[in-house]
Amino acid sequence: MAVALREEVVTLAHGAGGTSTRRLVEGLFVEELANPLLAALGDAAVGDGLAFTTDSFVVKPLFFPGGDIGELAVNGTVNDLAVAGAEPRWLSAGFVIEEGFAVSDLRRIARSMARAADRAGVLVVAGDTKVVERGSADGLFVTTAGVGRMRTSFGAPQAGDRVLVSGTVGDHGFAVLVARGELRLETALESDTAPLHELAAALGQLGPALRFMRDPTRGGLATTLNELARSTALGVRLDEAAIPVRPEVAGAAEILGIDPLDVANEGKLVAVVAAEAADDALAALSGHELGRDAAIVGELTADRPGLVLLDTAFGGSRIVDMLVGDPLPRIC
Amino acid sequence: MCLGIPAQLVGVVEPGVATAEVSGVRRRVSTALVPEAKVGDWVLVHVGFALHTIDEDEAARTLALLEQIEW
Amino acid sequence: MKFVDEFRDPALARRLAREIATLVRAGEPVRIMEVCGGHTHAIAKHGLEDLLPPEVEYLHGPGCPVCVIPRSRVDDAISLAERPEVTLATFGDLLRVPGGRGTLLEAKARGADVRMVYSPLDALALAQAEPEREVVFFAIGFETTAPATAVTLLRAREAATPNFAVFCNHVAIIPPLQAILATPGVRIDAFIAPGHVSTVIGTEPYRFIAEEHGKQVVVAAFEPLDLLHATAMILRQRAEGRCEVENQYTRVVRREGNPRALAAIAETMELRETFEWRGLGFIPRSAHRLRPEFARWDAEARFELPHAPASDPKACQCGQVLVGAIKPFECKVFGTACTPERPLGTCMVSAEGACAAYYSYGRRAA
Repeated sequence: MAVALREEVVTLAHGAGGTSTRRLVEGLFVEELANPLLAALGDAAVGDGLAFTTDSFVVKPLFFPGGDIGELAVNGTVNDLAVAGAEPRWLSAGFVIEEGFAVSDLRRIARSMARAADRAGVLVVAGDTKVVERGSADGLFVTTAGVGRMRTSFGAPQAGDRVLVSGTVGDHGFAVLVARGELRLETALESDTAPLHELAAALGQLGPALRFMRDPTRGGLATTLNELARSTALGVRLDEAAIPVRPEVAGAAEILGIDPLDVANEGKLVAVVAAEAADDALAALSGHELGRDAAIVGELTADRPGLVLLDTAFGGSRIVDMLVGDPLPRIC
Repeated sequence: MCLGIPAQLVGVVEPGVATAEVSGVRRRVSTALVPEAKVGDWVLVHVGFALHTIDEDEAARTLALLEQIEW
Repeated sequence: MKFVDEFRDPALARRLAREIATLVRAGEPVRIMEVCGGHTHAIAKHGLEDLLPPEVEYLHGPGCPVCVIPRSRVDDAISLAERPEVTLATFGDLLRVPGGRGTLLEAKARGADVRMVYSPLDALALAQAEPEREVVFFAIGFETTAPATAVTLLRAREAATPNFAVFCNHVAIIPPLQAILATPGVRIDAFIAPGHVSTVIGTEPYRFIAEEHGKQVVVAAFEPLDLLHATAMILRQRAEGRCEVENQYTRVVRREGNPRALAAIAETMELRETFEWRGLGFIPRSAHRLRPEFARWDAEARFELPHAPASDPKACQCGQVLVGAIKPFECKVFGTACTPERPLGTCMVSAEGACAAYYSYGRRAA
């Protein structure tokens, strides 16, 4: 399943989390670094009872409603470990800082990270710092890596399994897009950045009835579900009316012409559970403050394998495709 | 050419510029093309401009028509 | 959301679909062309064709201003963006449109100052905030968007902003409709007219379609119920032997349109003798340029542009898709050499384009 990377120059589309990113990762990094643990391309590498993962954070602006790059960096890696089925334990943090960056901002970010680590029950035990010349780093880039102890094993996904989300979709992506200011929208939208370790642990109690978990970050729910369909060789059928979306996200989506399904979430998880366990899973999620808006949004199907289909409110249906590049606002 | 969104004018920023709101999201829009629109009116917003007022009675009439259809 | 949710009521949709089914004669197809990207998108997104009898067929016309931009104009924009002193401000839609020399996004990756804006007024504000930059706004759109550019030009003149210019690619909706109706072999029975263009131009300009060509026209809004309603109105006209222009979008569209918007266009722009349309060739008096009085804000007067002809790749069949002669999935490169990720033609790159809508929403075969 080698994917060819034909471009000669890296563009922003390669970083958007959709098909272009996949081509870059599979056609270049996986090809060159080839090993079975990497090739699995899970959110974390799992082996020897451990899970290990890394993530880089280049968000702009660094401080946004609901959080900042520090909190994002801790939660992002914690969540990758949590959805892999691990108890997150230790994190490392690497900082690439642009010359001229305000120390007070750096301290604010470090404090955010401390609070987030505390909330997630992890320790930041190692780190690195580099300073680069003005103009090279957009202020600050943060990379975190994390290790956790595996505690959940997953059953094999099958047709009839239910798909759940732990809450409203699109919050983070739209909050950050609006916070960038180019579009000059005013909203009360906030990033949903949060640690998912407790939600993941609650679902882990379901045993093999739990088939799959992921946090739908870049590329949104659409990308995550397409990855699920592809890796299971099953179809995914979604019920449009069941997907929870905040009214403000729906409003911003209408104005900008961007689909909430394509937009990043930083405090939500997607889970696939056996049909008979769906109600218990929903109860486990909605009993937690981070899962109050949890919903069963679809199911795995035997037909149309590899595809994600959305049933519209009218009884029509359409395919939900994986994101191509950055979701761009349109006039048209 | 089509992304025109119904939004409500909720405030005046300066002459010719109003704040429009849809579903809790706000943006400043130019009212140069609809100078007669007032705060509280609904307008169609496209690329930062209020393009036309929306006639609420007509909207209701259209819906009523749709509801009356016999089959 | 008000004026949106009510027009998405599924129960009403099903009733309308049943009404439509009674108006159709079994085995007698009715080919309805909608000419607006927003309509194409709504039909695909809500799966409307699934609800209707097979006799009703929607064709997609050239109403996507991104789709009809010829490659040479995109190349001109790229050459502007590559000037070190220029900041090219553009709508998001245009960033991935391929010209002969790649896309604006790729030019940005190579270092060009390309910035996304939501409104032409934002581009003007950018010029005022950054007086050392030459801000050029890449203006596109039908009569829906032209008034926004027009008012922005008037503001630029009022403020005497020296470092702002417009690269004008506004096009008019009626000439391509005339061109399509004159194209031999194209079979269209009726039209769904664009809702938001009509907000500006009114309903009168479409009369020639009914009166000279004998085809029904209904101006429609954009929610699924509106489109079903408009379809039902067309079918009822046909069943009753009528051929008229009707307005379904009565909550916004008036017969006379928006006179203020039309006046703003007239004050700032004039029709070009001819303009090249992607897939339709040169159409006379179908596009706008700035009036000579606005030369100071006209990118084509201020900057030397290559205007180099760049023909479409041989495999590209956008032209046939744009006039409804073929469905997207009938194009030989649909989904293979031409995908939303690597589009050959603009019908695939713009989210409004028929091919992108069909591909993304899964209509990959009949």
